Amino acid sequence: MFESLSERLERSFKILKGQGKITEINVAETLKDVRKALLDADVNYKVAKTFTDDVKAKALGQNVLLAVKPNELMVKIVHDELAQLMGGEHVDINIKGNPAVILMSGLQGSGKTTFSGKLANMLKNKRGKKPLLVACDVYRPAAIEQLRVVGAQIGVPVYSELDSKSPIDIAQNAIKQAKKDGNDVVIIDTAGRLAVDEQMMNEIAAIKAAVSPHEILFVVDSMTGQDAVNTAKEFNERLNFDGVVLTKLDGDTRGGAALSIRSVVDKPIKFVGTGEKMEAIDLFHPARMADRILGMGDIVSLVERAQEQFDEEEARKLSKKIAKNQFDFNDFMGQIQQIKKMGNLKDLASMIPGVGKAIKDVDLDDKSFAGIEAIIQSMTPYERENPTSLNNSRKNRIVRGSGRDIQEVNRLLKQFNEMQKMMRMVQKQKLPNIKR
Amino acid sequence: MGFFNFFSKEKKETLDSGLSKTKENVFDKLTRAVAGKSRVDEEVLDNLEEALVTSDVGVETTLRIIERIEERVARDKYINTAELNVILKDEIVKLLAENETTTALDFGAELPAKPYVIMVVGVNGVGKTTTIGKLAYQFTQAGKKVYLGAADTFRAAAIEQLSIWGDRVGVPVIKQKMGADPASVAYDTLMSAKTNDADVVIIDTAGRLHNKVNLMNELTKIRNVMSKVVSDTPHEVLLVLDGSTGQNAFEQAKQFTKATQVTALAITKLDGTAKGGVVIGISDQFKVPVKYIGLGEGLEHLQLFNKEEFVDSLLG
Ligand SMILES: Nc1nc2c(ncn2[C@@H]2O[C@H](COP(=O)(O)OP(=O)(O)OP(=O)(O)O)[C@@H](O)[C@H]2O)c(=O)[nH]1
Ligand SMILES: [Mg+2]
Repeated sequence: MFESLSERLERSFKILKGQGKITEINVAETLKDVRKALLDADVNYKVAKTFTDDVKAKALGQNVLLAVKPNELMVKIVHDELAQLMGGEHVDINIKGNPAVILMSGLQGSGKTTFSGKLANMLKNKRGKKPLLVACDVYRPAAIEQLRVVGAQIGVPVYSELDSKSPIDIAQNAIKQAKKDGNDVVIIDTAGRLAVDEQMMNEIAAIKAAVSPHEILFVVDSMTGQDAVNTAKEFNERLNFDGVVLTKLDGDTRGGAALSIRSVVDKPIKFVGTGEKMEAIDLFHPARMADRILGMGDIVSLVERAQEQFDEEEARKLSKKIAKNQFDFNDFMGQIQQIKKMGNLKDLASMIPGVGKAIKDVDLDDKSFAGIEAIIQSMTPYERENPTSLNNSRKNRIVRGSGRDIQEVNRLLKQFNEMQKMMRMVQKQKLPNIKR
Repeated sequence: MGFFNFFSKEKKETLDSGLSKTKENVFDKLTRAVAGKSRVDEEVLDNLEEALVTSDVGVETTLRIIERIEERVARDKYINTAELNVILKDEIVKLLAENETTTALDFGAELPAKPYVIMVVGVNGVGKTTTIGKLAYQFTQAGKKVYLGAADTFRAAAIEQLSIWGDRVGVPVIKQKMGADPASVAYDTLMSAKTNDADVVIIDTAGRLHNKVNLMNELTKIRNVMSKVVSDTPHEVLLVLDGSTGQNAFEQAKQFTKATQVTALAITKLDGTAKGGVVIGISDQFKVPVKYIGLGEGLEHLQLFNKEEFVDSLLG
């Protein structure tokens, strides 16, 4: 629903160009757009104000007025400033200690339990750790059971005491248990609580005092609005946490809360959650977050997600076939399956700058490929391997088999031809590099 | 005012003092700003803008509200703060869609259908299951026979969670195993409710982000299956919004409405410091009324939505 910042700036600079000159007032006008973009992205009101003031100073210092493409320079300044504010180097979590104790904190529904599971899973699989999960949410119905199910899914033990109502005791006993069983990381999941709930805030402070965690993480929903600053400040004052976790980033929120939180507490954002699966955890990337807040798409994440799904071996085989002009319908079908594996198409496509808005209301999902798949499936193995063999009588048979019309079949063949051509061209350009 | 000339003001407060300032009552601020003046000046509008935006009302809606106030003031020739306050409240209240159903007035009111079927939807962790527990309690207290359906078969221990609420309130929960088809759970629930002459059926669904097309299609399917068992069901599709959510709630409302024809909103977690102002714009744009608000984790922490009170708390 929101216009991206670059679109906005393009528009306002167009107006400016019409006037023939760019003045300081015009820069202020532009910054108003920047501020509006930030507020639309849920950056806190005060934070947005301070931020645009800083950018104004920078912009005037850098002579935006004389630049050839002032809007591009403005976007760059805004972007860099944002990225810088959100943190430079990645800061790792502290898991030195035996066992290392990690304490989770946050509001209700922010995603602590799910994230505890993801973190345990990551430490186990990627860092060779032996984590123990601890169920300290004794309040919410079935919270303990939830953590147990998560633990079972990832093969990580869960410590819980069904009859105890004291999270402090549970946490302390869990650490004893971990020492006995040789678990080197203890992850304590706690109940969600509001910063204004005195009793509950005292409780988590008491847990901290009792177990002296090596790492305290504050888990926050990336869809949070203006209140993010109050909550983060309050939790930080009570717990002096070490890092922030931003959850549910697989949604389409701009995530301005990230900037707000960074501005009120000087603590790094360490991880992001990007889905409901246990593997959906990622390190935080400030520059990408800056793009996202400004509504400029998250192209890097897109490429990475595509790469994750891409099978190296297959890719090499394919590349050889293209070179020999042997790319056929079997390969094409394989490609489609790859794309489908990459997850929801619209999801992916919306990360591309400019595309997001255009396809927002278009239904683009796996079904888009149904027609193509039906046609290819109606080809004989011989036809699939020899696309040039497809004469009229063969095409007619395919039409009958697939239930698609002839136009659609012709369109597919034409597209396929063009694709073949393009692939060879692209590859020729790349070949020298590959050989080197 | 703010969006038109904030750069002309070079006062830059430190963030901290700024934040504590936002906790001051807006009406107090307005009173201070208009004392002895005869028209709404920029300072008043600035304060208003800040108050609304920091309550998550959003820029677009805030500008609309301010515009309307300016028009009103120009027309009615406003005189003092007391009158301005009335106008302000009035304009915001007007944006909130009217509630047309009886359940919005009183849990004991006679329901338009039997069983009256409510389907509860929303993104992850907003408070769907808890709200269902509280609703079941309210309807039961009002003498209605309630059936719950555990159609969140996806999230770990979601079925157990709803079952515990069912035990607390003393109402049956219809369930299958984790991983079962949610539409089939909804079907079972409706069948049981019908056979047992229930008054109200509430169906829990798994939290899902609104940009996941497949998961949204699943919701549409659940909805369609229900309407096959009892025509015209669900009578109510309740979208639960977390009161601390910012502008993304708009997109949530849009996508859930598209998939399930949302008829009412519930806003949760208003016992915290978040104000939930985003619902004003949503209610206005999608013409859906807010029906319930969540004010805590206990059985009794649910209230029927009251526009005036809500606007008061927004500005207070
Ligand atoms: N303070 C407060 N907490 C609430 C309120 N409503 C729900 N919660 C809490 O928010 C958390 C999430 O609530 P759930 O009811 O499990 O949310 P859900 O939408 O069913 O979550 P999923 O099924 O996981 O998507 C729990 O810890 C609830 O106790 C409320 O009005 N105020
Ligand atoms: Mg639930």
